Amino acid sequence: MKFFDKVIGDPMNRVDGKLKVTGAARYSAEYQLPNLSYGVVVSSTIAKGRIRSIDSRAALRAPGVIAVISHENAIKVPGWADNEHPTEPPTGGRPLRAFYNNRVYSNGQPIAIVVADTYERARHAAMLVKAEYEEEKHETNFEKNKGKAVVPAVVKKNPKSGLADYERGKADAYKTASVRLEAEYVHPSEVHNPMELQAITAYWEADDKLIVYDKVQGTKPTQQAFANEWKIPVQNVRVISEFVGGAFGNGLHNWPHETAAIIAAKMVKRPVKVMLTREQMFFMVGYRPYTWQKIGIGADKDGRLTGIYHEAIGQTSSYEEFTESTLQQSKMMYTSPNIGTKYRLLPLDVSTPIWMRGPGEATGAFALESAIDELAFALNIDPVQLRLMNHTDTDPEKNLPWSTKYLKECIQVGAEKIGWSKRSLKPGGVRSGEWLVGYGMGVGTFGAHRGAAAVRAKLLANGSVVFQSAVTDIGPGTGTAMVQIASEHLGISPEKITFQLGNSDFPQAPNQGGSATVATVGSAVVATCQAMKERLLEMAPSADKRFANLKLEDVTFDKAHLSITRSPSVKVAYTELLKKQNLTELDVLQDSKPSQEASKYSRYSFSVHFAEVHVHPMTGQVRVKKVVSCADAGTIVNKKTAANQMIGGVTGGIGMALQEDAVMDHRFGRYVTKDLADYHVPVHADVPPVEVYFVDKPDYIVDPMGTKGLGEIAIIGVAPAITNAIFNATGKRIRELPVTPDKLI
Amino acid sequence: MSKINSRDQQSGESKSDSRRDFLKQSAVLTGAVLTPSIALKAAEAQWDEKLAEALEKIPLKLEVNGVSKSLMVEPRVTLLDLLREQLNLTGTKKGCDYGQCGACTVHVNGTRVLSCLTLAVMQDGRKVTTIEGLAEGDQLHPMQEAFLKHDGFQCGYCTPGQIMSAIACIREGHADSEEEIREYMSGNICRCGAYPNIVNAIVEVKKGGKKV
Ligand code: FES
Ligand code: FES
Repeated sequence: MKFFDKVIGDPMNRVDGKLKVTGAARYSAEYQLPNLSYGVVVSSTIAKGRIRSIDSRAALRAPGVIAVISHENAIKVPGWADNEHPTEPPTGGRPLRAFYNNRVYSNGQPIAIVVADTYERARHAAMLVKAEYEEEKHETNFEKNKGKAVVPAVVKKNPKSGLADYERGKADAYKTASVRLEAEYVHPSEVHNPMELQAITAYWEADDKLIVYDKVQGTKPTQQAFANEWKIPVQNVRVISEFVGGAFGNGLHNWPHETAAIIAAKMVKRPVKVMLTREQMFFMVGYRPYTWQKIGIGADKDGRLTGIYHEAIGQTSSYEEFTESTLQQSKMMYTSPNIGTKYRLLPLDVSTPIWMRGPGEATGAFALESAIDELAFALNIDPVQLRLMNHTDTDPEKNLPWSTKYLKECIQVGAEKIGWSKRSLKPGGVRSGEWLVGYGMGVGTFGAHRGAAAVRAKLLANGSVVFQSAVTDIGPGTGTAMVQIASEHLGISPEKITFQLGNSDFPQAPNQGGSATVATVGSAVVATCQAMKERLLEMAPSADKRFANLKLEDVTFDKAHLSITRSPSVKVAYTELLKKQNLTELDVLQDSKPSQEASKYSRYSFSVHFAEVHVHPMTGQVRVKKVVSCADAGTIVNKKTAANQMIGGVTGGIGMALQEDAVMDHRFGRYVTKDLADYHVPVHADVPPVEVYFVDKPDYIVDPMGTKGLGEIAIIGVAPAITNAIFNATGKRIRELPVTPDKLI
Repeated sequence: MSKINSRDQQSGESKSDSRRDFLKQSAVLTGAVLTPSIALKAAEAQWDEKLAEALEKIPLKLEVNGVSKSLMVEPRVTLLDLLREQLNLTGTKKGCDYGQCGACTVHVNGTRVLSCLTLAVMQDGRKVTTIEGLAEGDQLHPMQEAFLKHDGFQCGYCTPGQIMSAIACIREGHADSEEEIREYMSGNICRCGAYPNIVNAIVEVKKGGKKV
């Protein structure tokens, strides 16, 4: 049922765009509460050991200082008393408890917080806090400790976990293939580094009532976490995250600085604002873990895959277990009858990683899609051809049909748009002046997830509608997409609709993560619109008796009017019905969850990325000249914001391929790249024009709008597209990211 | 390692201590001849704090978005923190505080400046324009319009800095080609990766020929 054919898919400007371009959008550190104080977190300078003492005398003497709080004097978080950690970490193990005891588990760990009446005073006093340590020997070197990798605890608990060793056919069948190769790949730690520094403003309104303006990806999960920590009723915690300045996954976990601010606010009885420094962003709020991978792959002479074996070891902290689906793509992307995967973790004396955009899948796709390219070269087959030959028409892992899969179309369009026909099979075959020209491709996939959510809608007497959801918007344009979905399903123009989000007072929504927001919250918007239409139809006979006994299917809801579809002149405005019933508003709350039907299908989004790179043979400089990305992500609700999201993923992929590298000095267990001058991310000059194409065919198995997630597939497969293009240009196969010039000369 | 650290931390303390002690003790408690009870009262009322504060602050005149301001600020306050924390102009963003990201870009006397690397007191008598000062009432600046139209942002956090830089980029005459724009906008990081859209917005404004 489409009423506003143009609304879904329309490249409408963002509904919150004006707030963003005028500086009026408020992020977590930008609420000026009365009597506000400033907290600055003091970090440990050792990687492992115990704090012998904290000398805060000088800091306390400094002007404006209100408190110096550490494990020596912090109030006890009640939820920690009888339980190791009351929150359900999104990972495994136990998150770090701020100021709980004198243990230091990683360099940069928060060990104290200084609260003062101005930011400058707090910052200065924080430099005066002196800690004495009993240092213990730390292990932070992944390569040195690789042999100590362990089976993840989640697998020990649940042998059926998706992270358990997997075998279809024979895991090592590749070893006897007529054409085969084995290769190891290394992915360094990468740090999310959203432009907004992690920030929280915490305020205890009453002894048992907490408000936080917090940079998180979910207001409801955060509300629950803090309610558990402080043993207060969940409705006594209010989490506000109206604007989130990027997160890319690092807001999917509550971190120690948040609890530190809440402890401080409780102790000083004032609102406390904490904004981490850029350096602290490297040590306290997660990162994409250092990962080692090995692939064995084999095919017959014609290029039919006969075996894939994929093994990965990911880094985690010593106190918390972080896992991700690094090996998933290898299980279902290609037709090989023999597949084996093995996933292990290596706990080190470092802070806990957290999902970073296209999380493990992007890491895994780097290895898998590189290996496919290497195999294509060994077989002397075009990599496009090799992928099409081994395309899976059903999910070989789950033995289920795909809900939808248009990857072949994506590959065909992408190959054409990048000018694949110009590519030479032999590396170094194309030149442009001094530069070597190469073309490469990489495929990405990510589960098309949908969760449960509820949405409220209020139709007001002036004809406008206000929707509410606790969901956050970290940048994709959630509010805009929801307005478009609501407009289409309620028959009201987008200008009349407001979508309020980012507040735990609003109806339930999960974290914004895993590319699931549109499918999850959008479905709840549809359900709420449906419920509202039912209510309107119930009320309609009061305005015109001819509406009596009609069903929803008999009625058209368009331009804020109901009309009888077969006699469109019988028509009444929504607002008229409110008047007739003496209502100032019509309030509808509806929840929605995935259907049973969906479980009969395997549901994934797919993407393919094509890159053209130029490599300077003398300097090793790599310039990405053009990227073409094609996505099979179901219905595209807003082509403008969706394309932007794809471009963002490509940008992240360029960083992953060529620049991003969190380098640790293992003598101290501390990153030496700890700001944006040393940790390189793509800037304007690194990002060429990016062409984005969408298949734009609905998948109604996943959700009623037909959407599938987009955020992750935007980056998954980009890095190998670039490294494969580098190989095509130079004949050099670099298996350790990032591909910096030194590796090419 | 821990040795080096504790040395660093100590030297920080001793400097500050002597300065504080001078201000707090000699200036108020010993400098003026006080009986113990008056001294106690003075301490309770935090006179020392207030005096120290008064001594530490410097008068500063700024025109911010066309409004003249007479302020008293500590010399160590950056223009960025002054705007965000004291003037409630939070449109200017802090993305690094080290001059590496461009999120804090504002115009001082019409040219772009990283406000995190700029001490407020050094701008005495100058004109500061922030993102909040671009629109004329409801009428957005052409660059703001172009960012909206080309979707030159996602999360919006780098956006004020990008827009302030973009305007300056045209004013400086560095927007003659996409290549040149990319080069002269490279001090403004967008981690969401909206770069191509930002470049398109700048190209359009430049081509539009309106005064920016
Ligand atoms: S905050 Fe000033 S350059 Fe980053
Ligand atoms: S829009 Fe998010 S950093 Fe640029």
